[in-house]
Amino acid sequence: MFVSSRFVPALAVLALAASTASTALAAGEPVIGLVTKTETNPFFVKMKEGAQEEAKKLGAKLLSGAGKADGDNAGQITAMENMIAAGAKTILITPSDAKAIVPAIKKARDKGIMVIALDSPADPPDATDALFATNNYTAGVLIGEYAKAAMAGKTPKIVALDLLPGHPVGAQRHNGFMKGFGLAANDAKSNELSKAPEIVCMADSFGDQAKAQTVMENCLQKAPDVNLVYTINEPAAAGAYNALKRAGKEKGVMIVSVDGGCQGIKDTAAGVIAATSQQYPLKMAAMGVAAGVEFAKTGKKASGYVDTGVTLIAGKSVAGVESKDTKTGAELCWGKK
Amino acid sequence: MATSPTHRIPWGALGPWLALLGACIFFATQSDRFLTGGNLSLILQQVMVVGVIAIGQTLIILTAGIDLSCGMVMALGGIIMTKFATELGMPVPVAILCGIGVTTLFGLLNGLLVTRIKLPPFIVTLGTLNIAFAITQLYSSSQTITDLPAGLTGLGTTFTIGSAEVAWGSVLMVALYVLVWFVLRETAAGRHIYAVGNNAEATRLVGIPTQRVLLGVYVAAGVLYGIASLLSVARTGVGDPNAGQTENLDAITAVVLGGTSLFGGRGIVLGSLIGVLIVGVFRNGLTLMGVSSIYQVLVTGVLVILAVAADQLSRKGAR
Repeated sequence: MFVSSRFVPALAVLALAASTASTALAAGEPVIGLVTKTETNPFFVKMKEGAQEEAKKLGAKLLSGAGKADGDNAGQITAMENMIAAGAKTILITPSDAKAIVPAIKKARDKGIMVIALDSPADPPDATDALFATNNYTAGVLIGEYAKAAMAGKTPKIVALDLLPGHPVGAQRHNGFMKGFGLAANDAKSNELSKAPEIVCMADSFGDQAKAQTVMENCLQKAPDVNLVYTINEPAAAGAYNALKRAGKEKGVMIVSVDGGCQGIKDTAAGVIAATSQQYPLKMAAMGVAAGVEFAKTGKKASGYVDTGVTLIAGKSVAGVESKDTKTGAELCWGKK
Repeated sequence: MATSPTHRIPWGALGPWLALLGACIFFATQSDRFLTGGNLSLILQQVMVVGVIAIGQTLIILTAGIDLSCGMVMALGGIIMTKFATELGMPVPVAILCGIGVTTLFGLLNGLLVTRIKLPPFIVTLGTLNIAFAITQLYSSSQTITDLPAGLTGLGTTFTIGSAEVAWGSVLMVALYVLVWFVLRETAAGRHIYAVGNNAEATRLVGIPTQRVLLGVYVAAGVLYGIASLLSVARTGVGDPNAGQTENLDAITAVVLGGTSLFGGRGIVLGSLIGVLIVGVFRNGLTLMGVSSIYQVLVTGVLVILAVAADQLSRKGAR
């Protein structure tokens, strides 16, 4: 208000003068907003690329924004509001904080905006019109089953490098892994990490390579005889491997992970990671944009949960567990090839 | 100290206005949605939390101090308010006062450590940043607090003027700026704050209670962070234990962009509002244009360096 009262008259004249040269949005072109957790994580960079490609194909305009850091809820709200101000009728969002974003989503939906969660759900999930995401529980189950078969009856001593406290994606992958391994585990809806005596050390890695290395080093102090490491994502797996290598233990310990990024697939081919569950951010984004264009054209909103698929990629296949090789993984991977 | 430094108009005082005006003109030519009442009032809503934090930060920087704890203290205040009002079932005004009370206590703690034990503000507030963060996470079990009573989010509601939807919180922010501007300009306490920042020793020798002025500034900042907690809760509609992560640097950026000297003693609090708005306008305008917000980070970096350079050059000119 302070600014506008002083500058609006002058600015209005300037705006009028400039409006002939204005790069205003073409009439009728649907505007779709994509709000990711950060602008820099390769997973979200790829998601944005997928959305842009699809928007170009379908003749839509894509706006993108993000929080400054993982967990920056206020930043995501601001990005969402700016997109709505820019005329977006559909917002695609990967909630950084599943609960905290809900009131802002409700405000947008009350204005008739369609909101679709990509990659991770809001809490409660029906706070958004639809969810296009990997089934994270299944992703966990696949690497759990693989690890169980590959261990071939050895007594497991497991280190779990998780995401961060209270995050549904972290809980679903962790619990899915335990379920796949045949341990007692909470179901797919739970946001609690299950514990079992076979898990000798559990720590939050925040999905970050450097943090994962530090917590893995600490876990090795506590449990030097670890033989299986579950990691929330491939950067965490790389951090765990560094810690094991520095301790001279990389040969006897199997690492399993989730993501299917190109670096992760390379690590899987090189034997750093034994197996990883590959997810498809490009597909999530493309489906989201398509749903936004559909909504703009017909007024039909997307609804419910759509599984965007997950594939087990293994360095060496094991009997009884279906998996694809790293060559197939590299063809479908996201990130820098 | 006879002529207050605020009464000179150095280049640095005009720069922020020019930057804001330039940005507004640029975005107005790029998007016909930028210069609408709805959009401008939206920017005011988006900056209200950092805006109020930046007032407290300005006061501290005027005394040649710095406060790194502001964002985390704000987050703690928000968790106290929301938890007290929901889980403990306290009446909303009591819960709000408890939240502001806790942030004020943190201000007092910062102030006592700076004045009594003579620790550098940078170190003191680095410590309290971590303490406030840890208490926030422990007390909330890192869980977001939802289903708040309407009273807690009242400042997020809006009223309409033409096409503008102005949030009550934005009005409160502007009112606080005017109030603090008046105090700094027209009262003895305000002049003492500038004097302490210019030369604490000389100020003490002429009989001004330097330590009391400093302590008062930190406590006042604590109160302001408490008000920012309430605004943050009102804006997001939840008690968010991860709030405030970037607010300390955002507030310092705004103060510097607004032309307040990091070396103390010089600056105008209204400048910080301009600084906050510059950042808000860039974020909003670039989104309207469909450009990555990383450009906002780039522009902010350049502007911060220009602002500090302008301060240094005008300082040399004044000598």
